This record gives sequence, C-alpha cells and structure tokens, in this order.
Amino acid sequence: MMLSASFRQLAVWMGVIALSPAVYAQTEYAVNFQTPVTETAQQVYQLHMLIFWICVAIGAVVFSVMLISIVLHRKSKGVQPAQFHESTTVEILWTLVPFAILISMAIPATKTLIAMADTANSDMSIKITASQFKWQYDYLNEEVSLISALATPREQIFEAADKSEHYLLEVDNPVVLPTNTRIRFLLTAADVIHAWWVPALGLKKDAVPGFINEMWTKIDQPGIYRGQCAELCGANHGFMPIVLDVRSPEDYQSWVAERQAAKAAELAALAANKEWSLDELNQRGEKIFLANCAVCHQATGQGMPPAFPALNGSPMVTQQEPIAQIEQVLKGKNAMPSFAASLNDLDIAAVITYTKNAWDNHTGTVVQPSAVAAAR
Amino acid sequence: MSAHAPADGYYVPHGSYWPIIGSIALFLIAIGFANYLHDLANAQYIALLGVALLLVMIVGWFGSVIHESTHGFYNTQVDKSFRWGMGWFIFSEVMFFAAFFGALFYVRTFSVPWLGGAGDEVSTQAMLWPYFDAVWPLVYPPSDAHTLSQTAFDIPKATVPAWGLPALNTAILLSSGVTITWSHWGLLDKNRLQFIAGLFATVALGILFLSIQAYEYGHAIHELNLTLNSGVYGSLFYMLTGFHGLHVTLGALILTVVFFRALFGHFSEHQHFAFEAAAWYWHFVDVVWLGLFIFVYWL
Amino acid sequence: MSHATTASHDDLHAAPPRGLSRWLFTTNHKDIGTLYLLFSLLMFLVGGTMALVVRAELFQPGLQFVDPLFFNQMTTMHALIMIFGAVMPAFTGLANWLIPMMIGAPDMALPRMNNWSFWILPFAFTLLLSTLFMEGGAPAGGWTMYAPLSVQGPPSIDFLILAIHMMGISSIMGAINVIATILNLRAPGVTLMKMPLFVWTWLITAYLLIAVMPVLAGVVTMTLTDRHFGTSFFDAAGGGDPILFQHIFWFFGHPEVYILILPAFGIISQIIPTFARKPLFGYSSMVYATASIAFLSFIVWAHHMFTVGMPVAGQLFFMYSTMLIAVPTGVKVFNWVATMWRGAMTFETPMLFAIAFVFLFTIGGFSGLMLAIAPADYQYHDTYFVVAHFHYVLVPGAVFSIMAAAYFWLPKWTGHQYNETLGKIHFWLSAISVNITFFPQHFLGLAGMPRRIPDYSLQFAGFNEISSVGAFLFGLSQLLFVYIVIKTIRGGEPATAQVWEGARGLEWTVPSPAPYHTFATAPDNKAMSAAGMLPAAEAGH
Repeated sequence: MMLSASFRQLAVWMGVIALSPAVYAQTEYAVNFQTPVTETAQQVYQLHMLIFWICVAIGAVVFSVMLISIVLHRKSKGVQPAQFHESTTVEILWTLVPFAILISMAIPATKTLIAMADTANSDMSIKITASQFKWQYDYLNEEVSLISALATPREQIFEAADKSEHYLLEVDNPVVLPTNTRIRFLLTAADVIHAWWVPALGLKKDAVPGFINEMWTKIDQPGIYRGQCAELCGANHGFMPIVLDVRSPEDYQSWVAERQAAKAAELAALAANKEWSLDELNQRGEKIFLANCAVCHQATGQGMPPAFPALNGSPMVTQQEPIAQIEQVLKGKNAMPSFAASLNDLDIAAVITYTKNAWDNHTGTVVQPSAVAAAR
Repeated sequence: MSAHAPADGYYVPHGSYWPIIGSIALFLIAIGFANYLHDLANAQYIALLGVALLLVMIVGWFGSVIHESTHGFYNTQVDKSFRWGMGWFIFSEVMFFAAFFGALFYVRTFSVPWLGGAGDEVSTQAMLWPYFDAVWPLVYPPSDAHTLSQTAFDIPKATVPAWGLPALNTAILLSSGVTITWSHWGLLDKNRLQFIAGLFATVALGILFLSIQAYEYGHAIHELNLTLNSGVYGSLFYMLTGFHGLHVTLGALILTVVFFRALFGHFSEHQHFAFEAAAWYWHFVDVVWLGLFIFVYWL
Repeated sequence: MSHATTASHDDLHAAPPRGLSRWLFTTNHKDIGTLYLLFSLLMFLVGGTMALVVRAELFQPGLQFVDPLFFNQMTTMHALIMIFGAVMPAFTGLANWLIPMMIGAPDMALPRMNNWSFWILPFAFTLLLSTLFMEGGAPAGGWTMYAPLSVQGPPSIDFLILAIHMMGISSIMGAINVIATILNLRAPGVTLMKMPLFVWTWLITAYLLIAVMPVLAGVVTMTLTDRHFGTSFFDAAGGGDPILFQHIFWFFGHPEVYILILPAFGIISQIIPTFARKPLFGYSSMVYATASIAFLSFIVWAHHMFTVGMPVAGQLFFMYSTMLIAVPTGVKVFNWVATMWRGAMTFETPMLFAIAFVFLFTIGGFSGLMLAIAPADYQYHDTYFVVAHFHYVLVPGAVFSIMAAAYFWLPKWTGHQYNETLGKIHFWLSAISVNITFFPQHFLGLAGMPRRIPDYSLQFAGFNEISSVGAFLFGLSQLLFVYIVIKTIRGGEPATAQVWEGARGLEWTVPSPAPYHTFATAPDNKAMSAAGMLPAAEAGH
C-alpha cells in the first residue's frame, strides 16, 4: 500500500516535471569531470578530452555521410539504386586509417599509465583498509589512525529532514592530508572488494581483501575533496563516502600533533585501568554506535531484519552477562565484521554499554574496558 | 514418394516428451541440491528423485534414438549431425576444464607468488602475510604460517607425489586409449572378437583407474590430511581430479552401454557412431588426465 | 522400416498437432522459435519492470520506495534477466525460425535437443525468480557475482548458481544445434560464402557460446565450493585471490558481450540492403570482421578490471588489444553506411530501427573506445558512464535489432502485415525515450556518480530525474510493441511471399505465413535464383 502510494506520488511528480522546465533550472547539471587538483588528474582529463574529440570527429564524418545518404538516396526521390557492393581499396583504407588514429591515442595513454603506476619515492604512506561500510586510515609514519564513515543523518535519507549541502558525501572523520607532498596509499580490505575513488585526484583503485594495491598522489591546492566507494560491496555500498581535508604541510603537522596527544591521553587512561562511569561510556558509545553499527542495526536499534537483527530488546544485548556480546563484536558473525582490530577496548566497552542502556534496553549494566581486554 | 525416405531426406523426429522430463529432472536436482545446502530436511531426496528421473530420461531418449537407428531412419547426413554435435559437446567440456586449469595456472603464476611478495606486491607480503613462504605445492596457506595450532585450514602432512599411484594411473589410462583404438580396428576389420575384447578391456581399465583413484583419495584424506579445506592446493587438487574422475565415470558408463550394444550386434563397420562418440569422449578424458598428471602432480 | 518412414513423411505435410502437447513436445524449429521469442518478450517485460523500480528509486535523492538491499536485488536481477532471459533467448528464437529457412534446411539438425534447449529455460528462470521471495532476498551482488561478496551472500546465490548451470546447458545445446545445422544442413548451392550474414554471425556466436558458457559454469562452481565445501579459490588466506574470480568471469563475460551483439550485426546486415534495394557492401569483409571481433573477444577480458591492481604490462596489453576491436567494428559501420549510399531507400519500421541501431550503437562504440584507454578508464570505471555505454550497445543496440527483426519477419511468421503507422509510432517513442534515458547517464558518470547505488548526492539530481522520466516513457512505449505483435498475430492485411520489395533470401521464396515444414526437399533453381544465390546465367535453366 505504501508502495502504491509512493508510485502515485512519483507519477504526479513526473507530470509536474515534464510540464515545467523551470524545475530543471534549480539543479546543477555537471556534464564533465570534476576540476582536477593533481597533475595526474590533469593528464587524465586531457587524455579524456583528446579521445572524446577524436570520437566526435569520427562521428561527425560517419554520421554526415549517413545523413546525406538518408536525405538524398531515397526511393521517394525516384533514384535508381546503384549495384556496387565491393571495393578492396576502400576496405583497406578504412581499416588502416582507424588503425593510425588508434596509435595516436595509445601513445599518450601509455605515457600517463606508466607515470600513474610509479609509487616509488613517496614522502609519506597511508594504509587504507575498507570494510562494510567505512574506511580506516592508518598514517604509517605518524602512528595516527582514524575511521571514517558516513555522517549524513538517517532522517535526511528517509525524507524526514531537508538534505544538507553535502548529502551523502560527508563523513565523521575526514582524512587530513598535506599539499605538495607525494603521498602513497596502500589499499586493502577487511571483508569484500571495495574501491577508493576521489574524482578530483584522478585516482580510483580496488581495495582487495588479502592483497595491497598501491597508488600515489600529490595534491596542489588545499581544499575539501569528496569521493565514494566505487565497487559494489553490499547493501550500503552507496553510503560509503570519502572526504579529504587537504591542508598546507604546516597545518597538517599541527593536526597530527593534536591527534597524537589525544591518543596518548586515552592510552594513559586505559593503562591506569580507570573505572568508567555509565554516563561516560554511554556518551562515548553513542558516537561509536552511530559511526560503526547504525548502518545495519539502525540508529533506532531496530535493525533491518532478517538481514540485520534488532538490538532493541534482543536477548543477546539485554542479558546481564556481557561476554557473548563482547565476543561477537570482537569476532563478528555472518555479515557482521570483526571489530577487534578497528576498535580498542574502551570503544568496544563503550558501545556495548550503550546498546545495553539505549532505547528500551534500560538494563543499567556497565561493561568496563578490562572485561573486553580479558575476552580478547 | 520416396523423396522423404531417409536415404535422400533429413529425418525430423516426432514430438518427444523426453526433453520436458529432462527439464523437470534438472529442476528437481537444482532445487533439491540448493535446499540441501541450506539444511532443509529431506531436500537430498528431491535431488535424488531428479537424478533418477534424469536417468529414466536418458534411457528413454537414447532408447528412441537407438530404435530409430536400428530401424534405418538415419542416413549419412543425420550421422554427420550427430558427429558435429558430439564434437562440439566435447569442446564445451574442454572449456569447462580450461576454467579450472586457468585457475591452477593463475594461482601458481600469480596469486601465490604475489602473496609471497613477488613483483610489485612487496607490501602485500610485508603488511598482511609476513610469515608466508610462497612455495608450490602449497602446504601452509598464508593465514596460518605462524599460527599452526589455531588454523582454520587442514594442514596436510604432505602432498601426493607424482611417481607412485598417479604414474601407474597414467599408464592405465593411456593403455585404455590403446585398447579402444585396437577395438575400433577390430570393428573395421569385421573382427568381432577383437572389437568386443577391446571394449571390455577399456571398460575394465577405466574401472581399475577409478578404483585406484578412490584408494588414493582415501589415503590423501585420512593419512595425509589433504582435503578441500587445505587451502588452494587442496581445492585445485580435488576439484580438478574430482571433475576428471566424474568424467571418467561417465565415459566408462557410456562405454559399458556401447559394450552391450556391441554384444547385441548394433554396430557395423559402416555404421557405428555411438562407438566412435564413446571413443572420442574416452580420448578426451585421457588427454585431460595427461594435463592433470603434468601440472597437478608432477611439475 | 517403411511404416515408420511413412509416419515421419506424413508428419512433414500434416498440420501441427493441437493443444498444449504441441508446444511441450514439439521438434519443429518454427514452434521452438516462437516459444523462444515469446519467452524472451515475457522476460523483457519482467526485467524491464525491475529497471523501472530502479529508476523510480533514483528519480530523486533520498530513499523513497525500496531499501538499499532490495535496490541491489533489482539491479542484479534486471541484468541477469535481460541478458540470459531476454536478449539471448530472443536471438536463439530468431536463429531457430530463420536459419533453417535461410539455408534451405528442413529443420534444425538435432530437433529433439532443440526442444530441450528451450524447455530448460522456463524452469531455470522459475528457479531464479523464486529467489525474490527467499529469506535474505534475491542475489544482490551484481550480475557479475564478484567474490568475496557472492561467497558471503545469502542462500539465493546458490539458487542463482544452479540456475546459471541450467541456462548454460540450454545455451550450449542451442549453440551446438546451430553449428550442426549450418555446417551440415545447407541446401546444395548454399555455400558458406553465400550464406546470409545473419547465418554467419550466428555461426560465430554459437562458437563463442560453446567456448565460454562452460567457463562461466566453472567459475560459479568455484563460488559454490568456496561457499559450502571449504575451498579457497577466492580467499587470499588460503592462497587464492578474489581477482581470480574476475579473470575467469570476464574470460566468459567479454565474449558474452559479443554473443549479445553479433547476431544483431547479422540482423542489421539483412535489413539495410533490403530497404536500400542494393546488395550489402563488402560481404566478405563483414564475415572477416565478425570473425576478428570474435577472436579478439578472447584476449581483451581484463579491460573490465583496470582498477584491480594488475601489473602495468598487463594493463597495457589489454588496453591495446581492446582498442584493436575498434577496427573491425568500424569496418562494419562503414560497410552499412556504404550499403545505404546511393541506394533507393524507404523507411519502413524495420529500416528505422536498423538506422537507429547504426547511429546509437556507434555512440556506444565510441564510449567503448574511451573505456578502453586504461588511465581514463580509472575515472569511468564503475560509474554511470559505463552504465550509459553498455545500455547504448544493448538497448538501442541489441534490443533495437531484435525489434527490427520482429517487424521485418513478422509478416513471414504470421502471414499478416503489421500496422505500419503503429510501428512507426513505436519506433519514434522508443528512439526518443531511449536517448532521454541513457544519454544523461554519460554526464552523471563523468561528473562522478558511481553505478549500483540506490541514492546519490544532490549534484546528480537533475540528470537522474531526466533519465527516470525517459525510462518510464521507454517502458510504456514497449506496451505498444506488445499490442502490435498480438494484433499482427491475430490478423491484418495478408502478406505476400516476398513481403518487402527489396527482400532477397530463401526465406522470402516460401509463402507467408511460412508452412509448418519448409524445404523438406532442397530449394530448386527458381527459388535459389530468387534468393540471389545463383548467378543470373544459371537462373534461366
């Protein structure tokens, strides 16, 4: 019933739109690549335009001949059909000429390809690990790590709120990168194949579980650059954006220092084996839940059964003894990935505590990081 | 009105209910098997019913073909259609094995060396599989090179060496290729004894091959701990030899039918397509085995 | 002996049996051709409905109608049904109807197996469609079924794998039949180089089918054993590689692409000379070009995989080999244009579809050439640019050729002329809406919209709206096609034997509708010369 109502709505909309071109004027109509911000992207753009214009030129010739023929050589004009049906000269000509054109395209393509493949001599390396449905970035030289996932609220997706400017292309933790630095990306995946794609950089490569693919970039201008996962990776493949926050090398350095200090403080608290309060854990847990769990289990805890079970009222979550739940978060089960590597003890304790107290699950149970550490 | 007699017309058979029975059989097999994989109770019986129905269909269908053949409906043109049909069917089988041989070559030439850091894959080795040693045959899969005690794979004690039973089996299968040719010569020379003895020997050698193969599987699984779950070596070993074994079984069945038809005197030196088709098929499984022996067992 | 012989002889003149058993048990190539064509039309409507669900969801940003998982099921099933259920059976149906008539054969070479080839399909697609109602939903990992997503997928993947096995058996048997028929049943005088191009392209297509369907069977079998029997073909932890799946799949997949287009080339090469009233230009170069395309199709597969991290040498090889395909494809387009040149053209519906084919397929060919350039492909790969590309070659390409064929041969099949005005309306509606649907998708892809996503960021809203409107228009226009076909089957102006003024070929020498059995005896000299298969000098005798 909901479906048919929606279709009626669609039909009405289509009527409106077909009749009023004014509606079109409000939206953007980009027809070509996003502005390239690296030398590689610039080269790729030029190559793309070169082959495009070659195609247009060939098309113009072929289609003109065809159109002339359609206009002139019709029976209604009383023409008698010619009976020629062979010409070896012409056949050879239109085999060799395209061949020559292809060579003229292959030369710049080969040069660009070879330049893109050379990942040597980089100034810094970042390991990117894709998983359903988020990106983990490990800055190998700086010992900084972050997990980056969709930040667009559910309400916007389901039409309960107005869509923000960067709808579906916004994340909780953008990747901060320096300009004018040769950066090497080491790309892999934890579960299925994903693909890391930022159009403005001219980079796209698959993240393959069990293998590491490499690519490099050197970004000229600071700015925010957005991209998406480009390989079907499951139900929420469309909700796996990438956001790069490119800053000057100095600003980048101060960001790194900040991250390192925050991490040190956290480690100190963990090392001191601090007893965390329900509120502290709940607060922290909610953020982690929204970033890591809500895609499947939903912010409401209702899940999307049968594929993704509800946590609200689930016996696994509401039982007093947390060990089963801790183990499932650590090891994963079926479609649920393991979080052992991507979340630390405190995060896991916090998120489990959150699920045990959120929605209708008022259990009051507190899970301490030490319990998670013991279960590892 | 002899215009449509088999001698100068093409035989177009009556409508037949065997194909639709065959479709139902395939459908039952597919449904039964897929549900069996997902633990639906008694689903295997649906699949087995399908197999039984398929056998009935084969007997019935080939029965009509044999009947039509022995009653002189077929001429050389029909015979030629059968030959083209069988030839291209064997080609399709070759391509099926090509997929698995392709996987074998890819794994040996690319994926295993890459996991071991070859080529541009230094980081793959260094960051993901630091303890992995890329050797072939692959006994220790990458994930378990440093945690043998907790492995999810069955680590074999050894792989199957070429110069033992597999070599013997090679000799057996190649000999069976000779006996079938000898049998064919017998048929062409109207030497009925040689024809039938050759067929019998071929079937016997085929069964001997299969028995040895079964014994070798038992040995590999129970004593060497080499299973489908032993990483990609075990996967390729069993899938390639297993599908080959299946085809030898099928070939031996076809030859057995041909053997009995030979006893009934269905074949003459001029008309014996079924015999030749069986022989072609047998040579095909023979050649596949040579590939297996060389690339799976030996090199 | 004589008794049975007489029975089969009587059959050749008898009217077809009545009732359901005629269709279930038939060994007649025309009946089986009809079954294939009707099945294909049904699947075209089912797959089309799924496409409309997809386009409805993409009409606006946000999720309005379906959840993301169901969206993925729709894209996956749409592709599987259109490829294996609509386009391939349509071509096989045309082959069944036409090849025996075109080469002067009494039927297909292996008539009972022909029946089985068809009757596997309804069961295979019942199996496939039943997955929509299963726990975990239908397959949602794309028609390409990439590992490891398909290895971890829901139970329906197993049903898909077994359905693919059944379709494979059907296709292989169908292809064997086509080859045996063409190589063995040509009437005396129908030499290989006198065969109509449709027969040639199908001969080569059949070869491709037999070569690659077993490879698909192999790779889905590996997926099945990886899922249930502990093998590690696509698992790096066991020494395998997820990319291995893609290599084997595309070794099937690229020739499959040509399986979907070579018969279309054949159809267009029949239609254009007919309505230009002028022989096909460069017949032999057409044959060689088709063979070259088929050969090249085996060595270009990894151009679908430029982003997987192949070594540079591999990428260069596949880039060059793929670019080469432009040469024989270009030859074909040039030959069609040269056939039109200085002809005396009329523009009945089949010709309109054929001309639109040449225009729009060429556009798809251009985007294909762009996709071949590896560094640029990094940008195009897995975006709507690719979606636009393959829909241009498959919808105004393959599907338009099938529509052209339907209009072209409907009078021969039914004995009635279709309504030309309605046919032209159908053509213009289809040709306009197909461009509204797919042309904007080029822009979406270039601007950065990935394929296979149920929702998109706001900058893509405009063109998605236009594309959805076009898709609904296109979908509705096809109902007109269904109406025209039904109307023509039920009645209409009687068609002559030759039907079209410029028609040449043996199928136009038999009455319309074609009798239940044709060419029980080989065509005589008169028929051969009317078909243009005898030199004029001999025709008089």
